[in-house]
Amino acid sequence: MTESITMKDKIMASLKSFGLPRLIITGFLLLLLIMAPFVGADLPTQISNIINRFSWNGVLVLAMVPMVHSGCGLNFGLPLGIISGLLGATLSIEFGFTGAFSFLMAIVIATPFALVLGALYGWLLNKIKGGEMMIATYVGFSSVSLMCMMWLLLPYHSPNMVWGFSGKGLRTTISLEGYYNQALAGIGQINIGNVSIPTGTLLFFALLAFGIWAFLHTKTGTAMTAVGSNPVFARAAGINVDRIRMLSVIMSTWLAAIGILVYEQGFGFIQLYMAPFYMALPAVSAILIGGASVNKASIMNVIVGTILFQGIVTMTPTVMNNMIHMDMSEVIRIIASMGMILFALTRKTEASR
Amino acid sequence: MITDNAPLLEMRNIKKDFFGNQVLTDINLKLKEGEVLGLVGENGAGKSTLMKILFGATDIRETGGYGGEILLNGEKVSFATPFEAIAKGIGMVHQEFSLIPGFEATENILLNREPKKTNLIAEVFGERLDTLDRREMDERAAKAIEKMGVKIDQHMLINSMPVGHKQFTEIARELSKEQLKLLILDEPTAVLTEREAEALLASIRGMSERGISVIFITHRLQEILSVCDNVAVMRDGVLVQEVPAASTNVEEITRWMVGRNVDNTAARTESRINEDARTILEIDKLWVDMPGETVRNVSLSVKEGEILGIGGLAGQGKLGIPNGIMGLYQAGGRVVFDGKEIPLNDPRKCLDSSFAFVSEDRRGVGLLLDESLEWNVAFPAMQVQNRFLKNYLGGLVKWRDEQAIREVTEKYIDELKIKCTSSKQNARELSGGNQQKVCLAKAFALEPKVLFVSEPTRGIDVGAKALVLEALKKFNREKGVTVVMISSELEELRSTCDRIAIISGGRVSGVLPAGASVEDFGMLMLSNVV
Amino acid sequence: MRAGSNKYTTSEKKNVDYGMILQQASVPLMFIIICAVCIPIAGLSPSYLANEIVTRMGRNSFLILSLLIPIMAGMGLNFGMTLGAMAGEIGLILVSDWQIVGIPGMVLAAIISIPISILLGIFCGKILNKAKGREMITSYIMSFFINGIYQLVVLYLMGFIIPIKHSSIKLPRGYGIRNTVSLLRMRQHLDNLIAINVNGIKIPVMTFIIVGILCVFIIWFRKTKLGQDMRAVGQDMEVARDAGIDVERTRIISIVMSTVLAGIGMIIYLQNMGNIATYSSHSQIGMFCIAALLVGGASVDRASIGNVFLGVILFHTMFIVAPRAGAYITGDSMIGEYFRVFVSYAVITLALIMYETKKRREKSVSGQQLRAEQDRDEAKASGKGGNV
Repeated sequence: MTESITMKDKIMASLKSFGLPRLIITGFLLLLLIMAPFVGADLPTQISNIINRFSWNGVLVLAMVPMVHSGCGLNFGLPLGIISGLLGATLSIEFGFTGAFSFLMAIVIATPFALVLGALYGWLLNKIKGGEMMIATYVGFSSVSLMCMMWLLLPYHSPNMVWGFSGKGLRTTISLEGYYNQALAGIGQINIGNVSIPTGTLLFFALLAFGIWAFLHTKTGTAMTAVGSNPVFARAAGINVDRIRMLSVIMSTWLAAIGILVYEQGFGFIQLYMAPFYMALPAVSAILIGGASVNKASIMNVIVGTILFQGIVTMTPTVMNNMIHMDMSEVIRIIASMGMILFALTRKTEASR
Repeated sequence: MITDNAPLLEMRNIKKDFFGNQVLTDINLKLKEGEVLGLVGENGAGKSTLMKILFGATDIRETGGYGGEILLNGEKVSFATPFEAIAKGIGMVHQEFSLIPGFEATENILLNREPKKTNLIAEVFGERLDTLDRREMDERAAKAIEKMGVKIDQHMLINSMPVGHKQFTEIARELSKEQLKLLILDEPTAVLTEREAEALLASIRGMSERGISVIFITHRLQEILSVCDNVAVMRDGVLVQEVPAASTNVEEITRWMVGRNVDNTAARTESRINEDARTILEIDKLWVDMPGETVRNVSLSVKEGEILGIGGLAGQGKLGIPNGIMGLYQAGGRVVFDGKEIPLNDPRKCLDSSFAFVSEDRRGVGLLLDESLEWNVAFPAMQVQNRFLKNYLGGLVKWRDEQAIREVTEKYIDELKIKCTSSKQNARELSGGNQQKVCLAKAFALEPKVLFVSEPTRGIDVGAKALVLEALKKFNREKGVTVVMISSELEELRSTCDRIAIISGGRVSGVLPAGASVEDFGMLMLSNVV
Repeated sequence: MRAGSNKYTTSEKKNVDYGMILQQASVPLMFIIICAVCIPIAGLSPSYLANEIVTRMGRNSFLILSLLIPIMAGMGLNFGMTLGAMAGEIGLILVSDWQIVGIPGMVLAAIISIPISILLGIFCGKILNKAKGREMITSYIMSFFINGIYQLVVLYLMGFIIPIKHSSIKLPRGYGIRNTVSLLRMRQHLDNLIAINVNGIKIPVMTFIIVGILCVFIIWFRKTKLGQDMRAVGQDMEVARDAGIDVERTRIISIVMSTVLAGIGMIIYLQNMGNIATYSSHSQIGMFCIAALLVGGASVDRASIGNVFLGVILFHTMFIVAPRAGAYITGDSMIGEYFRVFVSYAVITLALIMYETKKRREKSVSGQQLRAEQDRDEAKASGKGGNV
């Protein structure tokens, strides 16, 4: 009798730790996958879409990991890193680099911006420990709106990027045709029927993910995890907590910069002005859906979360459309992803610090 | 002063255990109307638990309630919450202030008991929309302050008050309760200046004249003698003495408090005081800003190879010493190790100088609760001494050596008999005693020259206690490591250490060999208590 | 939080306070300078400018006032006021479908919005009670979450489950609400109810009277038992709980009140605008209201009615003149648009940073005191604690 109760308790406890929202989202995606063939959606195309979108977004979600590890919370300040990436992208084109080489140059140019902005951002977050997430959000917003002015004012001249009639000020959307469109995806792309696999992009993601995984196994990486797990313990063990946090913020910012470039090469366009504004929220909810919490995240959370999140984003429109002739995907995406973030924020254990 | 009515309060055979650990045994206590009772005892003697039972604290009920019965005016009572106790006329002033910082004294005195005026909106939406009757509030607060007999500005904001006035605000709040019959004061004079303390004592006498009974808990025995009718002394959960204050003196009370009837054999038998040993660590004019454990101007020297005990009552500053030296709280002064000055406020520098520290705050400072035992044991040694690492690319990449980490962890699991499922188990899942052993393992793994151990046996069971103390002694003996052990339990210090320094009021009140008599230690502990 | 509560008795304390006052005044001062620079450059006529400011005061004050109560209860800036705004919009959409116009329409819309606001407020309050210490980020995410629900209701359920008769507001596909709902027959009815003209400046007296009533209500509310409880909870939850105040309930009530007021405020706002941008009217309103309040000199933990009005005037002056001034300086009208968005975000960021650093700075003072104390002891040549 008592044993059956403990069994039940155990199941309940594990369900609880998995979290109801996560359960609903996973269940929902499974349902969509099962429904897809019945409503006439082409499953291979769908899967191909999910893989492609995963390859675009994976690095942006990966950019959450270092900051979560060091206890800085979810990186709502992702737009700051994205801006570094955008600066790299536009300057690479401005300097006249073309083709796949422009992608490499974009990364090279974006890196110093990411390091400097990341260092400033890290310095700020060290001043306001405990209030990171809200301030990160608004640092992101402020920087995006500041850059809106900069895109207009900075002396860009490349005719492919500036407004045609005035000859100055960057366009809101810049095509990457002739630059680094599909720069990674094109490497070793595999096409089987309707399924196309962007091998290069996936490999690139795997490389970065491996890098982070490996970093977390080094001395400094271990210190980073310890700082996130218990900063007082780390301090008592002689760790300079502020420096480790700063490092994690710089890493996250740099990954976000790379992440947006990977996204652009898949998407085929650079989006400027208000586009980076809400980019943090999908990445945040993706990693949470993948099983991360406010202070624990693994590479596996990134992979699972991105697949689940992008799965819902790509499957809902087609399946729902075919089923009830209503495109409710946008609404479902908002409710699911925001619900997930809300859930993570209200966990007691994580609110303890 | 004492009237001959039926007792206001009677406690009969009060018993309490926390999970099988007996903390109160058959306490019998009577208190008459207007009587002032001084309650004294070392920390952990059971005073606070007894008062919590009387005041209906929720954690008593949550840990299984208590045995025996409490009678108030001859009527049996049992309070489920403090609110019920308050309703029956019991008031308590805790050590920690319970005041709203941005409110005036008046507002705090009448918090949630404000006189109100009703209005039309309140008739519709409920009485919480009644407006406050400020004039009535002022009058009632003024009356309570007058009752107390100490003048405080009732319109001053709490956060601009000197600390003593905050204490008086708390007392006035209790006095403003019309039904108040019994007031419990838990070390109220600790934060007061001398003049304020005297004013408080006068105020206690005044309350007594108005028929309010007071239970007065303090370590300042002179105060007890000057204001109380009776003194009750507790020791190890037992009420050992209850006598009229007029018939006793400070020395006698001290003896009752600390003097177990054990003779002095409990002390370490082998005399290890080596006058020739060189001084390895010199602490000079140390101050530490650790909340609740402030250290003021402490100078101490530690000899190579000894176990130095640091004792004293809770809140007197003994815990501040290791925490300050190790850089966990802001500190000043000079610490010289082996002829070299150690910079303060930088934990890394201390660790680099081969210090190690086992914190009293196991869960907060000592452990990574959500990581494996392996991480807990190996982490400081890895970070400080670059051990358990494999170097690649000419030292550019320092990779965690999981194998070495597992080996060292398993070694200590065996040595310290840590009960766990594997070295991969999370520290959170272990019992308190085993967590403490992990903390020791962590410090041992650093192979320090000086080891600070703070409250090594706090909150762990008897078996684990013996193991932990034995491990410390063995570590000291075999590795020749100098140990500084801080503990609230005098017996434990006497059985483990060579010399014991007693800290009182943030200062060193004396250093004695472990074999000195318990009474001598007791006098030092109570000498300049704040 | 409470005006006039800073009665210090010692002169020492007063000195410390000047620094505080200066810091609190720094944001308004900065805005006064921005406005002083931009107004001449923009070259707008004084009467136009005055007219615009008066209009915007009438339009926005009520909404901004709704933020005061959660600040009083220590819950920070209520980014969840958007929830009330959505409730107000739902009320207006239904009322316009029922063709009830003018003041009766507004009153009915308010009546419809109140129960929705209360429900949303209770939900939001309960969630925030589970996220103590991170109320702001949670209420911010909450506004997005409820926006998802709002879209579900307005875009799919209206006309599908909730009957919508008039095709003028319904999407051509047969369900869902159009992007814009015209409030032509309600437009400025409240403003014009009693409007007087002073030197060509139209003053919407009735709107101001309602705002005034709300101000009186808030002043009165601070004197009630509930208001006192909220202030207590806002300053120290544990102490308030020990004193027997129901902390959770008090916090929920403060959010419910804020949400209800925001709903009514949104109705006043939209009657002035004359139409509803169904899917975007509410999304920025929280941000602009919070920015305005902060510009008025409020902080995360204290705000007064004075902050509201100063904030509305300064923030909206900047809002009106920035695009013109920007266009004049750079020749591009978009610069000013982006500038004012940037300033709104920057001012919120600044306020949040100031709040967090203030919380941390309060800690490091006591160590210095201790050192000074010890030095004094030394001077007295104490014999205690000598070397051992």
